[in-house]
Amino acid sequence: METIHTLQEFMLHTKNIIYILMVLALLGMPAFWRFLNGRDED
Amino acid sequence: MTQEPTPTTSRYLTPFNVVAGIVVVVGLIITVLRFTGGLSTVTHLSDDNPWGIWIGFDLLVGVALAAGGYVTSAAVYIFGMKRFHAAVRPAILTGFLGYALVVLALHYDVGRPWRLPYPFLVSQGTTSLLFEVAACVALYLTVLFIEFSPAAMEWLGLKRARGLVVRLTLLLTIFGVMLSTLHQSSLGALFLIAPAKLHPLWYSSYIPIYFFITSIIAGLSMVIFESGLSHKFFKDKMDEEHLAGKNVVMLGFGKAAAWVLAGYFFIKVIGIAADNQWHYLATGYGAWYLVELLGFVALPAFMYAVGVREKNTTIIRWTAAWTVLGIVVNRFNICLVAFNWYLPSDQRYFPHWMEIGISVFIVTIGVLAFRFIVTRMPILYAHPDYEAH
Amino acid sequence: MSISRRKFLGWMGAAGVVGATSETARAASNKQFKGYADSNAVLHDMTRCIGCRRCEAACNTVNELPAPERPFDDLKVLEKQRRTTAQAYTIVNQHFPDGSGRPPVFVKKQCNHCLEPACASACFVKAFTKTPEGAVIYNADVCVGCRYCMVACPFDVPAYEYHKALDPKIMKCTMCHPRILEGKLPGCVEACPTEALVYGKRDELIRVARDRIHTFPERYLDHIYGEHEMGGTSWLYLTGVPFASLGLREDLGNKAAGEFTSGALGAVPIVIGLWPVLLTGIYAINKRKEKIAAEEQAAAVASAVAQTRDEAEGRLKAAMEKAKQDEDAAVAREVKKALEEAAKARQDTGQTGSGDEGQA
Repeated sequence: METIHTLQEFMLHTKNIIYILMVLALLGMPAFWRFLNGRDED
Repeated sequence: MTQEPTPTTSRYLTPFNVVAGIVVVVGLIITVLRFTGGLSTVTHLSDDNPWGIWIGFDLLVGVALAAGGYVTSAAVYIFGMKRFHAAVRPAILTGFLGYALVVLALHYDVGRPWRLPYPFLVSQGTTSLLFEVAACVALYLTVLFIEFSPAAMEWLGLKRARGLVVRLTLLLTIFGVMLSTLHQSSLGALFLIAPAKLHPLWYSSYIPIYFFITSIIAGLSMVIFESGLSHKFFKDKMDEEHLAGKNVVMLGFGKAAAWVLAGYFFIKVIGIAADNQWHYLATGYGAWYLVELLGFVALPAFMYAVGVREKNTTIIRWTAAWTVLGIVVNRFNICLVAFNWYLPSDQRYFPHWMEIGISVFIVTIGVLAFRFIVTRMPILYAHPDYEAH
Repeated sequence: MSISRRKFLGWMGAAGVVGATSETARAASNKQFKGYADSNAVLHDMTRCIGCRRCEAACNTVNELPAPERPFDDLKVLEKQRRTTAQAYTIVNQHFPDGSGRPPVFVKKQCNHCLEPACASACFVKAFTKTPEGAVIYNADVCVGCRYCMVACPFDVPAYEYHKALDPKIMKCTMCHPRILEGKLPGCVEACPTEALVYGKRDELIRVARDRIHTFPERYLDHIYGEHEMGGTSWLYLTGVPFASLGLREDLGNKAAGEFTSGALGAVPIVIGLWPVLLTGIYAINKRKEKIAAEEQAAAVASAVAQTRDEAEGRLKAAMEKAKQDEDAAVAREVKKALEEAAKARQDTGQTGSGDEGQA
């Protein structure tokens, strides 16, 4: 990774990662919810 | 809008249809002008005023007024207020049409509309609040489409597909509330980057929260306002539940709106106090700010409360219309009136009549689509073959 | 119709999370960024500017912009305040800060090439880039034409080709980035006859500016405009009169554009993470409440049924008892009747054979 010189570059870098993580969270949360409640009756 | 039985030759020649027809024709002509002559032919936009009513009204007001979908579905499916069930489908439909029209309006405003997917597909400008707005609006439009689809599937008789979608109700509702929270607030946050351009009374670091809270107010008021209109024009389409549910919805949503308005009033005052902007209240802009705060926040909060206490749905309906107008005033203030407030008056923006023409054209398309759908699909009544979800 | 306390708390919690996150997220950006070392800048010394508009002409030629309505040597153009447009990346404005009788001050306006550009921060397709050389450049190939950069720019610089129907671009000064890469001077700097424009390393130019202020304190204000404004710019200004009187706003502050948005942007993933938790929580509470209500109802029904049954049984028993009593009574009555009949019969036979009785 190149050195980060500006706040703009820093924000771009961190937000890129965060957006990917958010997509993963959106997929992961419902999956985990199903696992969590998988043994519940009704 | 009425479907009154008229003499056979002119069944379609109702006054509403004639006016709508003229609006659509004029709209199409302006559309051609826009895509042949550019924005300078049909708008008063300038280098100083890059955003006009197509952003201020079509986008900001449009999205706020389409908030009824997430507010109602959250109330019914998450907060368990089952007595408002009859209001869900009309609210989802309005939300879906509202967002679809917002996206349509953006095609007029941006320079190269076919590049609207670029932020996702070609070059991701993730530092922009607009990126977040675009992502959420795109996703939420999809969610609203899926939420609306059971009505269309019942109409078309697609039982299995309908069953699958209905099972997703809770997931879609939560997703919808999440996306709405984000983009409703981010539409306000768009202005955070321009503290030097927005008048200090309207600029606040709380602006994303203001936009989110006003979207709840707008959603509640639109459901009331629209339910009033639907009961007037589509009464013949309604079943027992919808006819009986009218007062329940009006009183319940009126009470919620009064309470949210009260909270909003308080946090607006806190915004002034936090940045110590009291002295601006004594200026001309301050007077206008007070008109917005007292006339369109405090007054409707009080009037809603009176309507709820008196169980007077007429007061509630009129207050809802007034509150909706207040949302328009608020979004116009931020995007147009308080924006560039320091510029001399000859450099300020006032819309071209053709800009207004396109906005009216788009609202008309919305009303026509709404009428087309509620006269065909089970929106205002429950389909006899299907159980409620 | 009342909102239950639990629902109310749910809403309050929802509002609280939004409020809290927008405050805490800012802490994450507590990093310092120094920008590109050795990046270039232009120093505009307004005390040297004579308002000849040769920079405007050079800019027009270098960037192959359309010829202006009135020629560049027509100085009457200066009588009106202008701004940058799609046809002019730079313009010179004339100000009379000391009154109309005193000599004017000329200000050259163009993109200030911010160290932390608001346009770049605002653009949702990354069309703007701050280059290591100093220029903020624009890429029309990805631009959608939303004009948010124009809203964001605190200096009102980017212009738009409103007259183009299908391929409008944002138009702004490029600091002659292609020429810089070739080792040449920006067009305007090269054309300046009075060295009112000087190109060089930004750090170096700040030293030069300080030196001038120090050497001629009566000629200059002790302020290098652009050193800190909006996080600093690559166009620096020196003058002897208040900048605000020359159309250079002094109320912009020194915060970089990104600092205004980082709080709101930081709240986004928090909503994504916590909204599902909060909303399913509220949902679960309501569902549980409904379940308990249903169970209570079922229990109530059951007990009502039981009670009814007990009552019914009680009544049956009573009825049975009564029936039994009735039956006993009936039996007794029958027995009595039979006995009476028997007695009567006996009496009758007795009457007929009374002699027998008497005999017995």
